[in-house]
Order: sequence, then C-alpha cells, then structure tokens
Amino acid sequence: MSAVQQDTNVTAPSSTATAEARAAKLMKRRSRIRFFEIIVWIAAIAAYFVLPSKMLILTEIAILALFAVSLDLVLGFAGIVSLGHTAFFGLGAYVAGLMAMHFVAEPVTGLIVAGIVSGVLGLLTSFLILRGSDLTRLMTTLGIGLMMAEVANQMAWLTGGADGLSGFSPGPVLGLFEFDLFGKVGYVYCIAVLFVSTMIMRRIAFSPFGMSLKAIKGNAMRSAMIAVPARKRIVTVYTIAAVFAGVAGALLTQTTSFVSPDVLAFHRSADVLLVLVIGGTGYLYGGIFGAVFFTLIKDWLSVITPQYWMFYIGMLLVILVLIGRERLARWVEYLPERFSKKEDGQ
Amino acid sequence: MLTILFDGIAYGMLLFILACGLTVTLGLMNFINLAHGAFAMAGGYVTVIMMNRYGISFYWCLPAAFLVSAAIGLILERTLYQWLYQAPHLDQVLFSIGIVFMAIAATDYFMGGQQQLINLPPELSGRMDVFGVGVGRYRLFTIILCAILAVVLQLILSKTRFGSRLRAAVDDRRVAIGLGINVPVVFALTFAFGSGLAGLGGAMGAEILGLDPNFPLKFMIYFLIVVSVGGTSTVSGPFLAAMLLGIADVAGKYYVPAIGPFVIYGLMIIMLILRPNGLFTRGGR
Repeated sequence: MSAVQQDTNVTAPSSTATAEARAAKLMKRRSRIRFFEIIVWIAAIAAYFVLPSKMLILTEIAILALFAVSLDLVLGFAGIVSLGHTAFFGLGAYVAGLMAMHFVAEPVTGLIVAGIVSGVLGLLTSFLILRGSDLTRLMTTLGIGLMMAEVANQMAWLTGGADGLSGFSPGPVLGLFEFDLFGKVGYVYCIAVLFVSTMIMRRIAFSPFGMSLKAIKGNAMRSAMIAVPARKRIVTVYTIAAVFAGVAGALLTQTTSFVSPDVLAFHRSADVLLVLVIGGTGYLYGGIFGAVFFTLIKDWLSVITPQYWMFYIGMLLVILVLIGRERLARWVEYLPERFSKKEDGQ
Repeated sequence: MLTILFDGIAYGMLLFILACGLTVTLGLMNFINLAHGAFAMAGGYVTVIMMNRYGISFYWCLPAAFLVSAAIGLILERTLYQWLYQAPHLDQVLFSIGIVFMAIAATDYFMGGQQQLINLPPELSGRMDVFGVGVGRYRLFTIILCAILAVVLQLILSKTRFGSRLRAAVDDRRVAIGLGINVPVVFALTFAFGSGLAGLGGAMGAEILGLDPNFPLKFMIYFLIVVSVGGTSTVSGPFLAAMLLGIADVAGKYYVPAIGPFVIYGLMIIMLILRPNGLFTRGGR
C-alpha cells in the first residue's frame, strides 16, 4: 500500500515503468503455485496407492472436480450464475460415446473432439447470456440445458433416447494403457486430464485476462470504462468453460462405457453449483475440494436413504445459504499462501 | 383450429395464475425464487388429498388449496426467505433449489412418485358446443376464473391502499419504511398471497398440467419465461406473456409434435434477442 503512495510522487515516465514492473510482479505473485496445490496433487497420486479398492468413487470425484472447476471460471471469475452448465457436460458425454461407437475408440481423441464440440455450443450460446439481467441469464442457461436434454431424448436414432448409449468400449489410452476392471487406469487417466485441464484453466484464470473477468464481475460498467471489453471476455470465458465441461462429460462416458440421458438432467447443474459453493468460488481449487466433500456426502446419504437422498442435499443447500457460504468457505483463507518466503521478493 | 386457440388460452391463463405470484416476488421484491412451483405443487396435492381421500367437493378444494399454500408461504417467508432479500442472487438461487429438492423428495416420500389424478365434478367435465367450436367445460371454467382473478389482481395493485404500499415498498424500501409503511409485513403478506395463487393454480392445473413430484422442476422454466418475458412492472405484461406461451406451446405440440417441446425454447430465444428486458419493461434493472 505504501508503495502506491510513494509512486504518486514520482514523475510520469518513470512511474509508468515502475508501475509496469510492479504489475508484472503482482501478476507473478498471484499466479505463483501455492503450497496447498502441491498437497492436492500429491494426495491425488497417493490415493492411487492407499485406496486401491476405491478407484471408482475417486474417478467420480475427479470428473466432478473437473466439471466444477470449469464452472468456477464462469461463476467465480465472470460472476455468471448458470443453471445449465450440464448442457456442455452432457454434450461432451454424448459426443465421446458416439466417437467411441462409430469412429475412433482411442479415448484422448474422443476427449478432444468432445471438448471442441462442447466449445462450439458454448460459443453459440454465449451470445444469449450477454443480454439482460441475472434473471434472464438464469432462464437462458436453464432453457439451454433443458433443450439439450429434450434433444437427446427426441433424437433416439442417434442418442438411444431414454435408454442411453451403451455397447461400446473405449480402446486403450493413447494405444498403450487398456482400461481395467478395477478402474485403476481410468483413475490415472482422469487425474491426468484433471491436472492438465486445471493447469490450463489456472493459467487463464490468473492471467491479466482472469483479472479483467473479476473486474467485469465486480462492475461491468466501470470495467468498460477502463477499456475491458466485457462482451468479448464473457464470450471467451464461457466458451473455454464449455470446452472443459465437455471434456469432463467425455471422461465420464469413457470410464463408465455408458451414456444415459441423466448426464443432461437438471440436478447435475444444481449439484455442481453446490460443489462450488461447498469448496468456495473464485480460486479454481474450490471445485476440487467441493467435489471431494460432495461425493463423500452423497455416497454416504445414498447408503442411508437410497431414494430420498435428494431431500438431504436440498437441506444442505438451504443450511449452507442460511449460515452464509462466505463464512463457510473462509477456511480457504487459512491455506498457506506462500510456498517459500524467499519468493515473495518484497 | 379455434379449439386449439381456446385450449391454448386456458393453458396460458393457468400459467398466468401460477406465475403471477412469482412476478411479485421475483420482479417486485427482486428475489429469485425458483421454488415457486413447490407452492403450486402443494396446492395440487391438497386438492388430491381432499378429493380422493375425503371426498370433498372440488369447489371447496380450490380455496383450501389457496389457503394452505398461502400458509406455507407465510411460514417459510417468516422463517427462511426474509433473511435472504438482501443476499446475492446466487444465494437465492441455491436456497430455492434446495427448497425444490426437499419438496420433491418429501412429496415422493408421502405421496409416492406416480402421477396423481383427480375426478372433476360432472358439470365441469366433457365438452360443449359454442357457436360450432368444441369447448371443454373445464377449460372454460378455468378461463373465466383466471380472467376474474387477473382483473381483481390488477385492481388490488393499482387501486387499493395495500397495492400502493407494496409498490412504494418495492420502489424504495428505505423511504417506504420512513413513511411508516411496515415493509416486512407487506412483503410477507404479498409473498403469502403469491404462494396462495400458485397453490390455486396448482389445484386447477392438476387436471390440465398433470401432477407428480417433479412438478416444480418441470414448470420452473415456464414460470421464468413468463416473468422475464412479461416484465415485472404490470400485471398485464406477464398476462400477455403467459397467453403467448400457452397458445404457442399447445399449438406447437398439436401441429408439430416432433419438435413441440422446442417451440417454447425457440420463442424464448427470439424474445430474448428482440427484447432482452422483457416485452413491457420499465427500464433496465
């Protein structure tokens, strides 16, 4: 803070130079890899060795985490409340299924194609969310989600309708690693994809681009006054988020060898919002933490009440909001900020 | 052709009654309440229980549905909703989705997941001919009742003291409090009234729209379209939007059954492109 005050006394040209230098330093500090991130990834690798019998649920967590992290780009950074993010997840799932069925059984190719197709849908629909208030955005995103579900249901010749797609099996990953019965390869595959995707999204989110998104979230009009093109930024980030949501959907298809219309169901959109709320928004890893909690809670609940677990999920949502989700997500601030003191450089 | 128009109008009228409570909470109080359908479902189930278990006349069920839903609305508003009027929209969305989930699971638990049917009184079932147009008696009844309700609503909002208090409270909460208007009470009563109307709509719609535990989710998008297309400043805006939606949906499902479900989404997108802030609006919010 004091540095800013000193800076105002310096003459104009040199202050630009120092401001630039300081901005660069700030960006560097924001994007520095934090201590807890390393722990997260070590834990993910350790889980493979420590919990060999829990591979399936761990895979589920990894997929949900990727889905939630992609929503965090839209919600936590751009501030758009979306009720239809599952449209991209579901589209990715179906595309990956169809790829494996008719074209290439190799999963990574399917993953990329699914991401691209979902991204195209994201790009097309992003123009609809530029307009109107929060309410119209809710309506539009919800409408797109429902429309995709209806499309999947109606185009039974392509998607299998209510029965879903089955009877395909993805080939070995990159032609090397065959999926096994215990889901070990599936887990490693999902974690690898989650890692790469999170790193890409992290790079995007903690760049000047991500900062400008947060500015738009804070106040769209003021951010326009400092020359941030809000519309363009929102279109871009919505498309990127759609790509990764599609990748998450594709992962689900490839690890389960099955696509059901459930991938497009409304409750998935609500679930992923809940995941983000549990984990906290605006720093990407909230999706991962939230996915772990949420999947464990859901697993536990569906053992107790197989039919009515939805009630308790609803109750959890209500309680979370009434207590205040900021207050609950505050534990995030206690995560160690710096990897080492030396890097700080101040 | 005219029959379809007629059915569409009846459907639209129902949507209006269902959604106009939401117009108030969402539009005027600026609270995104996705759980509105849950109140409608409560009204529908009250009717089903009263008619099928206790054999009470359909005409008594309608006010009962209104009162029960209004009571539930009042209780929830006082206990839960009122804390969230100032909360960000995301919180409101999450909260009301939570309520929807709880309502669905609870209904499933108590009433079972199957579609509920009601037996209309004989004078309301069947069709009759009016000037050569086949008219369902129940639909005619729906239209008349809803039209009366719409007029009454408009009068309450524009002519009564309560209506002006509500409008004042919405326009500027702080000034309204300063003028001695008890804003929380006004909001609570309005919320209860809106929930009651939804319950009434749910009771009347059990025959036309169907009733099962997923009702709140199935019709959520319809309510949102009515409110956001119609705008929130008047009663007539959502009314026209509901009519349009009702007629388009019925006609779409009749003429082009294959793409029937997409008609309303198409309509929604067109509306949004042409008039992003609603058909009738008092400027950006």
